[in-house]
Amino acid sequence: MASVSVVAPSKGLVRRPMATGGFWSWFTTVDHKKIGIMYGISAFVFFVIGGLEALLIRAQLYQPDGTLLNADQYNQIFTTHGITMVFLFVMPMAAAFFNYLIPLMIGARDVAFPRLNAFSFWAFILGAMFLYSSAFLGGLPNCGWFCYAPNSTTDPTSGATFYALGLLIAGIASTVGAVNLAVTVINLRAPGMSLFRVPVLVWMGLVVQLLLVFSLPIITVALFQLLFDRRFNTAFFDPTRGGEPLLWQHMFWLFGHPEVYVLILPAFAIFSEILPVFSRKPLFGYQFVVFSGIAIGFIGFGVWAHHMYAAGLGPVANTAFGISTAIIGVPTGIKIFNWMATMYKGDLRLQSPMLFCIGGIMMFVIGGLSGVTHSIVPSDYQQTDTYYVVAHFHYVIFGGGVFAFFGGLVYWWPKVFARMFPERLSKLVFWLMLIGFNLTFGPMHILGLGGMIRRTYTYPEGLGLTLWNQLATVGSFIIALSVAIFALGAIASFRKPKGLANEDPWDARTLEWMTACPPAAHNFDEIPTVHALDEFWHRKYAEDKEGRLVRVPAGASDHEPDGHGVALAIHLPSPSFWPLVAALGLPVMSYGVIYSWWLIGIGAIITVTALMGWAMEPSVAEEH
Amino acid sequence: MRNRLFGAIGLGAVALLLGSCSGDLPQNTFDPAGPVAQKQADLIIPVLWVAAGVFVLVEGGIVLIALKYRHRKGEERTPPQTHGNTRLEIGWTIAPALILAFVMVPTVGLIWELSERPADAMHVTVKGYQWWWGFEYTDPEMTVGYGSSGPIVTADTLVVPVGQTVDLSLEAVGGGARDAEGEADHAVIHSFWTPRLFGKQDVVPGHEGNIVFSADEPGTYWGQCAEFCGLQHGRMWFRVVVLDEAAWAAWVANEKTPGAEPSSALARQGMDLFLNGEFDGGQCIACHAVGGTEAGGIAAPDLTHFAAPTHECFAGCNWDTFVNGEPNLDDLKAWLRDPGAVKLGAKMPDYGLSEDEIDAIAAYLYSLT
Repeated sequence: MASVSVVAPSKGLVRRPMATGGFWSWFTTVDHKKIGIMYGISAFVFFVIGGLEALLIRAQLYQPDGTLLNADQYNQIFTTHGITMVFLFVMPMAAAFFNYLIPLMIGARDVAFPRLNAFSFWAFILGAMFLYSSAFLGGLPNCGWFCYAPNSTTDPTSGATFYALGLLIAGIASTVGAVNLAVTVINLRAPGMSLFRVPVLVWMGLVVQLLLVFSLPIITVALFQLLFDRRFNTAFFDPTRGGEPLLWQHMFWLFGHPEVYVLILPAFAIFSEILPVFSRKPLFGYQFVVFSGIAIGFIGFGVWAHHMYAAGLGPVANTAFGISTAIIGVPTGIKIFNWMATMYKGDLRLQSPMLFCIGGIMMFVIGGLSGVTHSIVPSDYQQTDTYYVVAHFHYVIFGGGVFAFFGGLVYWWPKVFARMFPERLSKLVFWLMLIGFNLTFGPMHILGLGGMIRRTYTYPEGLGLTLWNQLATVGSFIIALSVAIFALGAIASFRKPKGLANEDPWDARTLEWMTACPPAAHNFDEIPTVHALDEFWHRKYAEDKEGRLVRVPAGASDHEPDGHGVALAIHLPSPSFWPLVAALGLPVMSYGVIYSWWLIGIGAIITVTALMGWAMEPSVAEEH
Repeated sequence: MRNRLFGAIGLGAVALLLGSCSGDLPQNTFDPAGPVAQKQADLIIPVLWVAAGVFVLVEGGIVLIALKYRHRKGEERTPPQTHGNTRLEIGWTIAPALILAFVMVPTVGLIWELSERPADAMHVTVKGYQWWWGFEYTDPEMTVGYGSSGPIVTADTLVVPVGQTVDLSLEAVGGGARDAEGEADHAVIHSFWTPRLFGKQDVVPGHEGNIVFSADEPGTYWGQCAEFCGLQHGRMWFRVVVLDEAAWAAWVANEKTPGAEPSSALARQGMDLFLNGEFDGGQCIACHAVGGTEAGGIAAPDLTHFAAPTHECFAGCNWDTFVNGEPNLDDLKAWLRDPGAVKLGAKMPDYGLSEDEIDAIAAYLYSLT
C-alpha cells in the first residue's frame, strides 16, 4: 500500500496523523505487524545488551578472585542481566511473535484493540528506558531480579526503587497486551475456525496471555508494597515493625512461577508450528499438546514455593510443593513425546528452523530433567541458590526459549521481510550456538553440585571451581559469536532485493502463509472460511484412504494465496499518536515518585490528556 | 550428533565429581561428611541415574528419529499422516507419573525426618550479619566463667564436637555497625550452608530457622551464605571446625576463661588503644567485645579468643587468621588500615589508624588466645 499523507479534520483534539509509511509512521502505527516488528527489534536489542552483561559476568568469573568488576558493579550487572533477559527480551520477543502471527493465523485483520496494542509497546519501551536510566542516576538495580525484601527495602541505593517502578510500567504494558491478545483470540477468529482448529501457537498464546492476566496483579501489589516501604517508610516487609519478609517471596513467586511458563510456552508454541511443517506431517496429538499446555498453565500457579524450600515454611508446605513440582513434569513430558511422535516416520527437512527446534527440544529436555530434580526437596536444600539452578533455568529458557526464537525468526523471516534468511549462515549460527550454549551452561551443573553459590561476584581458589568457570566463559563468547553472525545474516538478507520466488517457501500449513509476503496492511483481501485444522495445508493437499498425501491440483482449490488484490471497503484502524503520548506520562510519573511530586502531576496530566484525546478520537478516521 | 556428545561429556563430568576426593573440593555436595549431607546425597544420586536413563532414551530417540527419517536428496516420500494415538498418549502420561510417584516416596520421608529436632542436641544460635556470621552457645553448661556469665560467643568459625548432634537456631541481626558512609548493617535474609555437612536453611528476619546436623570426622568444613544479602554476599563465608572429644573439652575450658593478659609491651599498648582509644570519634569497644575487659560491643565480631587456633579466619573468612601456624599479620594490618579496601562496604570504617597503632592493636589481638 502506498503511503498516504492525508490529514483528516478529526473530531479529536488535534490533527490526526494518517501516514502509513515512512519513518514517523512507526510512532503512530496501530498495525499489529509493524508493532510486532518493533517488539522484535527492541527485544533483539535488549538480548544483545543483556548478552553483553552476561559476557561481563563470565569475564569476571573466569578466574578466582576476579577483579574486572567490584562487588557493587557485579551486583548491578547480574541483576540487570536477569531483568533484561526476562522482562525486556523473552517477554517482548514472545509478544513480537504473538502480535505478528496471531491475527494472521486466525484470519483477522488486526488485534481486537489496535491502539491499545501500540500503547503496550510504547509503555514497554519507555519502561525499559526508565529502568536503564538508573545507570546514570545512582546505579542500576542491584537486588537481583527477585529483589528479596528486606535487603531490597533497606539498600541505600535507588536501584530497587527503579526496579519497582520500571517493572510496574512493564507490568502495565504486559497486562494491556495480554488482555488485547486474549480478546483477539476469543473474538476475532475467522468463520469456521473453532477453538480446536486454531494453530497450537495461538492456543499457547492464549494460555500465556491468561497467565499474565492472572499473575501480573500479584506482582503489581508486591511492587507497590516494595515501593511504599522504600519511599513512604511503610513496614510491609519489616519484621521489627510487624511486617513479614516472606510476604514478598510468596507474592513474587506466585507471579514468578507462572512467569516461567510465560517465558517457555511461546517456545513450545514455535516448536509445535515448525516441527509439523518440516516433518511434512500433522502435529501428533494436537489436543494433547493443547491440553497439556493448559494444564501447565494451571499447575504453574501451584508450584511457587519450590523457590522457597529453604525459607523454612515447614515440612507440610515443602511436601506439598515438592509433589506439585513433580506433577508439572508430566504435562511437559507429554509435549516432548508428541513432538517426537510428530517427527517419527516424517520426511524431515533438516533446514535451519527445524535444526533450531530439534536442538531446542533436546536442550529443553536437559532443563526439564534437572527441573524434576528440584522436586527432591531434601536434596534441593543442597542445590538451591547454587549454579545448578543457574544451569537448570538456562537450559529451559535459553535452551528451549532462545533456540525456539531463532528457529521462529528464520522460519517467519520470509513472511515478514519477503526475503529468505541466508540458510548457510543460520545453520552456522545454530551449530555455534549449540556448542557455545552447552559449553557455557553444562559445566554450571557441576559448579553448583561442587558448591558454587549463585549471585556471587567471586569465588576463592581451592574449591575446584576454576576449570568449569573457564569453560563456561569460553562458551559464552562462542554464543556471542553466533549471535553476531545472526545479526550479519539479517543484514545480508536485506542486501538482497525484496520479493520471493515462492511465497510459501516451506510448504506451510497455517493461514498466515495464505497472505502475501509481507502481508498487506489489511492481511486478507477476503477473510478465509476455515474447514479444518491446518487449513492452508488442506487446501494444498488431500489424504488418500491410506492416509498418504495427494496434492490438490492447482486451481482446483477454492482459494489461492491471498492479499494481492485491491482491498475494497476495508476499514482499518487509523494511526494515532495518543498511545505513545499516554505511555510517555508513565515514566514521567515514575521519576516523580523518586525526585519530585510535581513530576507526578505533570506525568498524570500527560497520560490523562492522551487518554481523553484517545477516547474522543474515532478508531477509524473518516474518509473523504 | 554433537549435542549428544556434549551430554555424554556432562554426564561423565558428574561421574568424575561423584568419585573425586574430598581434599580437592571443600564444598562438594557429593562428598558428605555427616549424616544429613549423606542422606541428601543418597537421595539425589539414584534420581540422577534415573534422569540419566531418561536422558539417554529421549535424546537418543530424538537423534535416531532425526537421522533415520531425514529427507535425502532426490527422494520422493510421502509420510503417513498420523494425527495421534490416544493409547500412546495415556501411556506416556502414566509412565512418567509412576516414575515420579516412585521417587517422591523417599523424598517425603526425608523431608519429615530432617525436620525433627532431637532432645539430646547441643544448641547454638547462628547470627547472620552483613556480611559475617556469629555463633552463641546457648546451653546452660556453655556459659563463660567471667563477667555476666553469658554464653560462649565466637565469630566466623562454628566449633563443634565430633559426632554430637547440633541444633542450630538461625537469626538475622543488624542495626549496630556502620560503614564509612554511615550506612548501617541491616537484618536481611541470609542462608546458612555447609555443603559437606548440611543443605541450606534461610535466615529470615523475624523467623527462627533451624538446622540439625552432626559431623562424622574431625576437621574443617567450609560454608557460606547462599542467599543474596547485599553488597558482599559473595564473601560471606564461615567454617565449621569439628574437634575430637579431648580437643573439644580443652576448647570449651579455654572459651570459658577470658582471653590471656597481653605479655609484651606492644600488646599492652594495643590493649590500651583498643579499650580507651578514640579514632575519628569511634571506639573499638563500641562494636567489639573482649571477654574479661570492659569491651562489650555486640554489633561486630567478638574478639575474646581472636588468636585461638580454632578461630581459623576472620571478617567473613575473607582471610585466614593463621598462615602455616603463624599469625597472619599482613592481612590483619591491611584490614585495620582500611577495611573497605579489603572488602568493599565492610561495616567497619577506616579509622585512620597510624602504622604504630596498627602494629600495637595487631599484637594485642594475637595475644588473645
